[in-house]
Amino acid sequence: MSETTLEQPRLHGILAEFDDPDDLLEAAEKTHAAGYTRMEAYTPFPVHGLSEAIGFKEAKVPWLIFVSGVIGAFTGLGLQYYTAVIDYPMNVGGRPNFSWPSFFPVTFECTILFAAFGAVFGMLGMNGLPRPHHPVFGGKNFELASQDKFFLCVESDDPQFDPVRVAEFLRGLGAQHVSEVEND
Amino acid sequence: MAPKDPLQETFIEGSGNTYLSLQDSVGNLTLDQKRHNRFAWWFPFVLAFGMLQVMMLALTMLVFVGTGIWGINNPVGWGFAIINFVWWIGIGHAGTLISAILLLFRQQWRNSINRFAEAMTIFAVMCAGMFPLLHTGRPWVAYWLMPIGPNNLGMWPQFRSPLVWDVFAVTTYLTVSALFWFIGMIPDFATLRDKAKTFVPRFAFGMLSMGWRGASRHWHRYEQAYLILAGLSTPLVLSVHSIVSLDFAVSIMPGWHATIFPPYFVAGAVYAGFAMVLTLAIPVRKWYSLEHIITLKHIEWMAKIMLATGLFVFYGYICEAFFAFYSGNPFEKAMMINRMSGPYWWSYAALIFCNGLAPQILWSKKIRQNLPVLMVVCFIVSIGMWLERFVIVATTLHRDFLPSSWGMYFGTIWDWGLYLGTMGLFTFLMWLFLRFLPIINIFEVKELFYKMTGRHGAPKPAAAVAGAPEKVTADE
Repeated sequence: MSETTLEQPRLHGILAEFDDPDDLLEAAEKTHAAGYTRMEAYTPFPVHGLSEAIGFKEAKVPWLIFVSGVIGAFTGLGLQYYTAVIDYPMNVGGRPNFSWPSFFPVTFECTILFAAFGAVFGMLGMNGLPRPHHPVFGGKNFELASQDKFFLCVESDDPQFDPVRVAEFLRGLGAQHVSEVEND
Repeated sequence: MAPKDPLQETFIEGSGNTYLSLQDSVGNLTLDQKRHNRFAWWFPFVLAFGMLQVMMLALTMLVFVGTGIWGINNPVGWGFAIINFVWWIGIGHAGTLISAILLLFRQQWRNSINRFAEAMTIFAVMCAGMFPLLHTGRPWVAYWLMPIGPNNLGMWPQFRSPLVWDVFAVTTYLTVSALFWFIGMIPDFATLRDKAKTFVPRFAFGMLSMGWRGASRHWHRYEQAYLILAGLSTPLVLSVHSIVSLDFAVSIMPGWHATIFPPYFVAGAVYAGFAMVLTLAIPVRKWYSLEHIITLKHIEWMAKIMLATGLFVFYGYICEAFFAFYSGNPFEKAMMINRMSGPYWWSYAALIFCNGLAPQILWSKKIRQNLPVLMVVCFIVSIGMWLERFVIVATTLHRDFLPSSWGMYFGTIWDWGLYLGTMGLFTFLMWLFLRFLPIINIFEVKELFYKMTGRHGAPKPAAAVAGAPEKVTADE
């Protein structure tokens, strides 16, 4: 335990600020091409191609939604089967107890409901949200990341990380400001 | 590169726009509360608050006395409660249509109006949901509708009944719409959190934003989830109004037992909903100087959708009449003749005027861009859609199969009071929303602006366009 505290690096990473999303996209591609693996870009709106540019590919959320939807379908149908066939069978106009066409709407609604829960809570959970504080909030001008500035942060756990060289490299990519982000 | 859509130019109007100016024209409405200290905000708000008190009075009377204070009787057991329920829930559907279906069709002009329309959906569904609960007569045991049980009679809900399908459809719809709305606002909450100067908004938006920091990994998952939510909401909205229509169509009553009901109800819902979006958007864009974001183009396209769905609805009326006579079923035929020339002929005539004839003036581009006239058409459509449900409910039920049980149905003052009251509730909530939440999706407007002006969208020197995308392929 004490070892990990000791090894906690002083820096979270080096943060570079860009004026333009296209500049950031280009910088992210170049940084990734230069062999950096641990980095994150911060933008006020989704910029297409940016997550691929920093080497992030993932399709877990869609699968999670699919699985939630299937669970929802079985829950909905199971509920109706249990109540109408097992627990309290009732003869309505001579129809079979398991009159599945009538059970379709509720099954469908449950599928959608569970899939939507999967989408929302899955997305938030995998993003590690809610998380009120994060070291990068301490970065210089970072409050503009939700407004009109575009940031790239090379993180200190990158194997090639060296504060001076990373800062030099990012400045070379045309960043407006380059600053250190401390861990707190 | 895909060819550029020429329509994109008009999504955001004006020349001096920047990310910051677009953000501020929306965000300042929330952060600068002084902007609401004027007649245009206070007058509708106070009026709505007064109407809300009428609703409280009508509710209190209902709970003390019972549904006897309403005009429902035998044979018309379904009165204003079901009419208003269907009317409100239909209005809500335009919100989901704008936010989900137009997203799937990549209609990017929706970005300027979706937040607003989604709020409308949620508030309209809240108004709608109240009516069936009150119509049960004992709203305090309304939880019997849910499969929490078995209840004290040892029974479960009857899942073969469309009324139970309705419970599931409407609660799912409200839940999913609220989630969709909230998820859409998280990045905007982060923007407002970072922009706020004083403690209260910073704290409130900080909590609501859940610590959103705009990381590209987060955006990646966010967009996946958002798009799939849209994909889920699309069949959901169609299913909700189809199920509402099955409340009627599954029965064997003449005038209700028709297969055309689900599609024609859905079209009617979208029709009424767009009328309501326009009714609210036209004054709000003016009062809050948002004409460069909600442009005349937006208004015109919404008017076109209204015209198209209005034609679907009119087609539905024609089909209903045709089926009644062509089927040879004497009850259907009697019902249709009674609907057109019986004691409620005036409601049917007004319906045809409001929903069938009046919107035809929207064929003219001049009318579509004439805001006062468009407002009047929207009011007429809203009235027409209410009349449609009145016609369906009253003209079918009041002439039962047995002439001995024929009767007439009119709403009492309490029916009207509750209906007026829900309009108050809706406006009250809408006006709170206008004041305290970002009424236009800030990050999507910025994204739209980027697509219009960024290197990937606008025609710029060839080198700059070719630069970035080629590197991606080289990397892979």
